[in-house]
Amino acid sequence: MTLSRSLRYAESEVIAYRRTWRGTVITSFVNPILFLAAMGAGLGALVDDGSGELAIPYLAFVASGLMAATAMQNGAGDGSFPVMAGILWRKNFHGTITTPLGPEDIVWGRLLWGLARLTFVLAVFAVIAVLFGALDLVPALLAVPPSVLTGVAFTSCITAWTLTQEDGRSLSTLFRFLIVPLFLFSGTFFPISQLPGLLQQVAYATPLFHGVEAVRKIALPGVGESIVTSIPLAVHIGYLVVMAAVGVFLSIRLLDKRIRP
Amino acid sequence: MSEPLVEARRLTKKFGDFVAVDAIDFEIRKGESFGFLGPNGAGKTSTMKMITTVSPITDGYLRVFGIDPTENGRPIRQRIGVVPQEDNLDLELTVAENLYIYGRYHDMSRSEIEPKIEELLEFAQLTERRDSKVEPLSGGMKRRLIIARALINEPDLIILDEPTTGLDPQARHLLWDRLYRLKREGATLIITTHYMDEAEQLCDRLVVMDNGRIVAEGSPRQLISEHAPREVVELRFQDGQKDEAVHKLDGVANRSEVLADRVLLYTDDADETQRQMHTRGIEPEQVLVRRSTLEDVFLRLTGRRLVD
Ligand SMILES: Nc1ncnc2c1ncn2[C@@H]1O[C@H](COP(=O)(O)OP(=O)(O)OP(=O)(O)O)[C@@H](O)[C@H]1O
Ligand SMILES: [Mg+2]
Repeated sequence: MTLSRSLRYAESEVIAYRRTWRGTVITSFVNPILFLAAMGAGLGALVDDGSGELAIPYLAFVASGLMAATAMQNGAGDGSFPVMAGILWRKNFHGTITTPLGPEDIVWGRLLWGLARLTFVLAVFAVIAVLFGALDLVPALLAVPPSVLTGVAFTSCITAWTLTQEDGRSLSTLFRFLIVPLFLFSGTFFPISQLPGLLQQVAYATPLFHGVEAVRKIALPGVGESIVTSIPLAVHIGYLVVMAAVGVFLSIRLLDKRIRP
Repeated sequence: MSEPLVEARRLTKKFGDFVAVDAIDFEIRKGESFGFLGPNGAGKTSTMKMITTVSPITDGYLRVFGIDPTENGRPIRQRIGVVPQEDNLDLELTVAENLYIYGRYHDMSRSEIEPKIEELLEFAQLTERRDSKVEPLSGGMKRRLIIARALINEPDLIILDEPTTGLDPQARHLLWDRLYRLKREGATLIITTHYMDEAEQLCDRLVVMDNGRIVAEGSPRQLISEHAPREVVELRFQDGQKDEAVHKLDGVANRSEVLADRVLLYTDDADETQRQMHTRGIEPEQVLVRRSTLEDVFLRLTGRRLVD
């Protein structure tokens, strides 16, 4: 029952997306490819010529990291502006709850739709990374699920946070002060063992670190400790699952409070 | 008498310490058009939101179709159509898609929805705009679309919060005509409004709300006969002459009301009132005789006008 209601909500998002997908092509597909080309192929040529501390080509390292980071960016995007729009601008949440659907169906429906879109975006990314020669096909595709999980964890927690905000002004602050630093310092572009001690501890605690690690452990089978930590894969997955679950729980409660005063 | 579709006893809504709806009682029966009349902030919308289960009740007793909205809002929402005060059409979707998606929310299949959409577009006179985006529609068209959307699930109860506010007279009359049709087909309607004429036209029974309370209840005719004499003589005076005239008016009518721009005399016999004014030498600049309306009832009950 709940699943069917959530899917019916998701259907409205799909219909709307048919008209707005063009706007998402750049962030979802073009940017990751540009990063892959510039950082992986361009910078990689330089890095790989140097001291060679990495046991694998830099392109492979960056491609796997970017997979998780792309998931984070898409997931965070999905949890911020569209949620505020549903409340303030597009206002469709308010009408939806006068039908048999409730706040929980909106939250789950958005999550399911986000899941489908993330899966598509990351599958495309994986294939492109394979075409770049960065990853092997099978491990790259196997790494899609953990990256999707990373994205969903961000969507759900950022949805909850967005629901506590008055209006859209603070949303871009979130990207500036949370998403961009995470993107840069959670192991996407260099192993966090390069960070000074204290920052290393902080990085271990960040969700993107766990996303990046999970993806690398699957996308780059057999790489050693210069690339990934010895933390078991289950810990990363567990961290992200808990994060996603907490986010969903809070989102439902906060949305209810917000639109059913 | 049939079972009440909506039954409220000491229904209360508070926002923090602020009491928006203050222990009101009412009953709405099947097939009836029931109005909530009142000025801004009276608590009309707050009451509608409790009935439509999108706002939890703070205190009191409320049943819709005999169901407790606190326990079980979903089966209530399955059977109602809601026209909110604030337009909330989905701006990302077209006219027809707005109807389609609400059909889906009500768990109708595509083949059930398709013919219904055509029928409702016809009803709302929007067939030509079926594939248009919502944004460029006029205010009246948007309102008609919202009403059409509220009908997609063939509701047993339709709740309309200020369905015609902000529309020009022509658009209002078209909407009234549509609401009449629903009424004739046996729908139960709950309508809130600031407009007296709307309430008089559409409502079988109504309550007048003010400051979260119900201050009067009855059919429009009952309320007028109970709270306002049959006729009203409206007087306008030249600058400075009003105060003097007001003194002399004592006793020419059952009751008088001095407003900033006019004096209203409530009377059962306007001719007699005018004769007496003449005898006393009162010469207003302008005299208008009309039947008393719900506006007069409201003025009587609260000492304030409904629409500023
Ligand atoms: N979410 C809310 N939080 C705090 N106060 C609220 C909230 N919603 C309504 N109120 C207050 O409750 C009172 C009644 O509001 P309501 O919207 O029910 O009035 P109304 O009769 O519909 O008025 P109007 O004719 O202007 O639509 C107002 O004083 C309003 O400010
Ligand atoms: Mg209102």
